[in-house]
Formats: sequence, C-alpha cells, structure tokens
Amino acid sequence: MSGTAVEVNLWAVAGILLVAVVTFYVGFRSSRMASTTQDFLVARRTVRSRRNAAAVSGEYLSAASFLGVAGLVLKDGVDALWYPIGFTAGYLALMLFVAAPLRRSGAYTLPDFVEARLGSTGLRKLATGFVIIIGVLYLLPQLQSAGLVVSRIMPVPTWVGTVVVVIVVVVNVLGGGMRAITVVQAFQYWLKLFAIAAPTFIMCALFIGGGGAGPRGEATLTAESPPVFYEETTVRIDTPVRLQIKQDVWLWADGTVDGAPAHGSTFWSALRREVRVEAGTTLKFPPTAVVPSIVGATPDNASWVKPNPDGASDLFTTYSLIFATFLGTMGLPHVLVRFYTNPDGKAARRTTLHVMLLLALFYLFPMILGALSRIYVPELLVTGRTDAAVTALPQKLVPGVAGDILGAVTAAGAFAAFLSTSSGLVVSVSGVLSTDVLRGRVRDFRWAAIIAGAIPLGLAFVLRPNDVSLSIGVTFALAASTFCPVLVLGIWWRKLTWVGAGAGMIVGGGLVIAAIVVDVVSRYTGDWAPGFVRQPALITVPIAFIVVLVVSKATHRRLPGDTSRTLLRMHAPDPLGFIRDRDVARFGTAEERARLADGRHRR
Amino acid sequence: MSRHSAGTGPGRGAKDSEENGSAGPPPRRKRVVLADSRAPVTVLRTVVELEEQTSYGEELVRGFIRVQLWTAVRLGAIVVFLLGGLPVLFFFIPAIADVTLAGVRLPWLLLGVAPFPVLFGIGYWYNVLAERHERDFVDMVEK
Repeated sequence: MSGTAVEVNLWAVAGILLVAVVTFYVGFRSSRMASTTQDFLVARRTVRSRRNAAAVSGEYLSAASFLGVAGLVLKDGVDALWYPIGFTAGYLALMLFVAAPLRRSGAYTLPDFVEARLGSTGLRKLATGFVIIIGVLYLLPQLQSAGLVVSRIMPVPTWVGTVVVVIVVVVNVLGGGMRAITVVQAFQYWLKLFAIAAPTFIMCALFIGGGGAGPRGEATLTAESPPVFYEETTVRIDTPVRLQIKQDVWLWADGTVDGAPAHGSTFWSALRREVRVEAGTTLKFPPTAVVPSIVGATPDNASWVKPNPDGASDLFTTYSLIFATFLGTMGLPHVLVRFYTNPDGKAARRTTLHVMLLLALFYLFPMILGALSRIYVPELLVTGRTDAAVTALPQKLVPGVAGDILGAVTAAGAFAAFLSTSSGLVVSVSGVLSTDVLRGRVRDFRWAAIIAGAIPLGLAFVLRPNDVSLSIGVTFALAASTFCPVLVLGIWWRKLTWVGAGAGMIVGGGLVIAAIVVDVVSRYTGDWAPGFVRQPALITVPIAFIVVLVVSKATHRRLPGDTSRTLLRMHAPDPLGFIRDRDVARFGTAEERARLADGRHRR
Repeated sequence: MSRHSAGTGPGRGAKDSEENGSAGPPPRRKRVVLADSRAPVTVLRTVVELEEQTSYGEELVRGFIRVQLWTAVRLGAIVVFLLGGLPVLFFFIPAIADVTLAGVRLPWLLLGVAPFPVLFGIGYWYNVLAERHERDFVDMVEK
C-alpha cells in the first residue's frame, strides 16, 4: 500500500469493530451490577491488586505508548527511549512516595485528597480545575490519533475516528462508571499486549530470517547515510511540511514546492538545505533515493543510533523529559483514581509493583517496531506522520493478506489504547466534575461524562495535531508541576499549608500552561519558540516545589489543626485500622449507603 | 482494669450465693469481665495513645514516617543516580555509542532493556522494606 490512496482494509475495520463490540459487552456485563455512586466512582474500593494492576496498565498505555513511542524512535532514534523509561519510572516514584499513604488517606479524587489534608474548599476548587485541564489535555492526542488511525484504514476524513472513540467511551461510561471500566481496562491491557507483541514477533522472524519484503540485515540502519527508499514510493503531503535535504535527491513532484508550482521530474540539491512542500502535493521517489526527513527529525542514521546528536540542548530536553515523566505520573488524575480502588495501602503498593512489570513487558515491542519502521516505512519521515509507524509497518514488511491481518491487529490494538485511556480520563474528569461542580448524584455523573467527552472533542477539531508523545509529555509536565509537589509534600511534610499548596499549583501550572500557549502560537507562526518550551518540566517543577515550601513557611499560622491525625491515618500500617474512607454522606441515598455496609467483593 | 475487679470478684460472688440460696436452686453467677488483663489491653492503650496524639504516640508516628521516608528517598536516589547518569555519560563519553554488543549498539541496550529490570528490582526492594517496617511498627505497638 502506498502513502497516497487509502484502500479499505477490511481486516482492520473488522478488528476495530470487534474491539468496540467486546468493550461494550464486557462493560455491559459488569455494569449490570453497578448501581451506587461508589460503584460509579471507585468500584467500591474492592478491586484486587493483580486485576487492578492490569487495569492501571490498560488505562495507562495510551496512544502515546502504543503509537507514539515507535513513532518517536523512528524519528529521533535512541533518545526517544527515554519516553518508555520515564513512563515506567513514574510508577516507581508513585510507589515510593505516594501510593500507600494516598490510598490510606481514604480520599476519592485528587481534589478530595487536597481538601482532606489541608482543609480548604478553595484549594479543592483549584485542584478540580487542574484535574479537568490535565484530563482534557491528555484526551486530546488520544482523539486526534484515533482520527489518524481510522483515516489510514478507511477512506474517511480524520474526524470520523475521533467521533467514534468519543461515542463508544461516553456510552460505556454512562452505562457503568468505574466498575465497568475496571474490567474493561484489565481486558484491554492484555489485548494491547497481544496486539503489539504478536506482530512484532512475526515481523522480527521475517526480518531476521529474510522472509519479508525489502532490504535485509541491520546494516541498513548503521550506514552513515540517511535512510533510503527501498522501492518506488509515492507520498502525499496532507499538511504543509519543511523537509531537510542532506543529500541530492531526484524525484517526481506534483503540487507546490517552495511556493512555486512543480510538475514532473525535480532535483533537490543538498545545497538548498530546506524545502517547503505545501499540502496537496504528491511526491514520487525512485528506489534507493535518499529520504528527506521533516525538520526536527534526525536526518541520517549515523546520528540516529547515537544519543544526544545535538549536544547540550538535547541534554536539557532529555533531563526535562525524565523529570516530567518521573514526577508527572503521580499527578495524572486517571491513574490516581485507580489507586483509590485498592482495598488498603499495602495492596496499593503491590499494585504499583505489578504495574511496573506489566509496563516493562509492553515497552519492549514499540522500540523494536520503531527501529524496523526506519527501514520499511521511511516515507513517514517525509509526511511527519510518524505516529502511524506501528499500523503502517506490517503491510510493508509482510507481503499479501498476512500483512493486512497483522496491520489489522495493530490497528485494533491502537483502538483499544484510545478507548481505554479515554475511558479512564472521562471517568476521572466526570467523577471530579460531578462531585465538585455538580451535585454528586448518579444522574450528575452521567451529565458530567457527556461534558467530559464533548470538550476535548471540540478542541480536537480546532487544534492542529502534534506528535502524540510530545503533547503527552507536556501533560506530564503540567501534572508534575501542579499535583506532584502538593502530593509529596502533603504526605511527608507536616508544615504544608493550603496557601503554600495553592501558590505552588498556580505558579507551576501557570508556567506550564504559558509554555503550551507559546508553543501552539509558535507552531502556527513559524516555529520561533526555544526548545525548552516544548518540555519545560526541568524549570517549572523545581519552581513549583520552592514556591510551595517558601509560601508554606511564610504562612505557618494557617497550618490545619488536624495535621497529625491526617498524617497518622496516612502512614499507620493497615492492620492498626486507622484507614478510614472519607465520609461520602453527601453521595447517594440512604438505601445506597446501607447496601455499601455489606460491600463484599463482587466481580 | 482495676475498676471492675473490686466489686464483683469471683470469691465474693460465691459467698453471696451461699448466704441467700434458700429458695430453689441458686441462679448461676457469671463472671463479668470488662477487659482482660492480658495483651489486648496494651494494644488498646498504645493505639489510643496514637489516636489521642500524646507526646509518646506522636513521637512513635514521627519516627515511623521518618524511617519510611528515608527508605523511599534512598531508593529513589539510587534510581536517579543510575538513570540520570546515563545522558551525562553519553554526552561526555560519546565513544560508548560505537560499542556493539551482540549486534546492537550499547546505548540501545542501556536505554531499551537495562532500565526496566533495575526499576522493577528497586520497586520490589522498596516493597519488601516498607512492609517490613510496617510489620515492625505493628509489632512494637502491639507488644
């Protein structure tokens, strides 16, 4: 299949439909039991640690993990591997500093924790605001890449996939809330693992054994030159791109290049360095032509295999990314809400350990796929749609129907990734919305779910898509600059005041949001923003911590009176029985609460 | 502990039943004990002390939190040192990128494979330590 015409891959359509239907079914089956507000919000806190770990991983492995990591490996090479490392290490930080005490605090949501610890309703509102912002920012790339994947397997505009994902997620959440989602998420982890592992094994076997199409051996990756097209390749440019020319290339172009119309055979000299290709242009490259990659990608293989090709600025970006992912995971609302479903603190820790194992298992595969796609689908470097690598690779590497089927498996896995992450985000955002903004009844939760699906849907249409993992990276930076200081200091430091926490959240969050705005504006007006704007965590997180510390010290008169009691409850080992779930008297009816009293574990 | 044992000791109870046991078989007297004088009393006392935040209980909790925090910080520092050192290492010794191990460049192995067992190992270690500290604390409180 070439980059131009999109034929309907019936296998992939069937795979995606199957994922959607099974998601519906599993959700429906288990949602018949969900009836109380606690069911909807935290699955009655009785989910077992192994299943919970699969559910956390299922929820966490988003489009950024399933598609984005491979895409970034294709584009940036070995430096992109910091993403999976950070995504996993974030759980270690969560486990070391947050998991067990947070669970024992008995709070429902992040704003609930903030209020329980610091006793300020104003701060609770602020936290609610940030939960919603983070949730929406995180949902956005999921929806955009859903559109990308669907438009690659069917001749439909990109908005179709986006709308489909939103509808499936919102309907599912409306049906059963958290309880249904737990089972769905656990199921989807295994689905995603299969959908990425099986094609990887088959393609590796073909690649090493020489059974696949195209070039052989890893010699092609270690050559000094840029990657080359191994067969005649037609590329259609859908969004304007700037390409860097490192070696002379002959090609056939039809459309607009560098502002002038181009029809027929063209020569791009290495002296031109950069070429601007407008949308709607078709480029045809002969075999062995050198691949011109978009500005920002690593152009030649020699620097692709090496870390930090650009020196100090790369070093800053790398550390910033490590910071954001390591500390940001604990501030993601859809991850945290899962920890409230553990029965006690010890189980929360064990769940985290399990999650790290499951994530490490998964992340081996996108790395391999990313490296393979540098050889087989280099045209993605021309269009810049590197996120499509995982779904495009099988059809190039495996000839015939087998390739279509493998492509269908990866597309279905990607769809599962959108569904699970979006479900988790919609549940947590609407949980917060319904209890803090609306009045906390089951009906409000349903309205909140619709709102939580509609806002990012609208934004997905307005904003220009970016690399999934990059925009996810900024979301991590926002979480790390707002909730991480409040959580860590709130759990371990007695002298935290609500003023300090609020100031830290406003300053840290404000800086990251400013960086996001600057980045978006600069991308529309010619990429003038400096590199740290893309990943500001290395600057904003320390500032947020310092602000929290300094302001708390300055306002020590506002220490909450029950700090000792709260800390005791958070840290006392579970057998002592201090764990007390926060009173949820304002949720649900008397009958619902009576039913909670005998809340044993049900599946 | 001592409040209830004064009035209704077993000895006195037996004497009473002999004195006015004229009509029919005397109703069997039961020994009512509010609290056993053995272990559980001390459990309650320490737990209550924790709950009421007496200076002793407060000190216990503070010490325990400090131990847990130090464990977490130390293990976190190991990870930061191991992983955080890699970019600097690559930056200052670029020759590492040319080393090949089993057909794969060393940086790819160091970043793609090695961190995950390290992270899991540290996590496992913390889990063991944290649960041990918690058990010790519970043992101490219940003794």
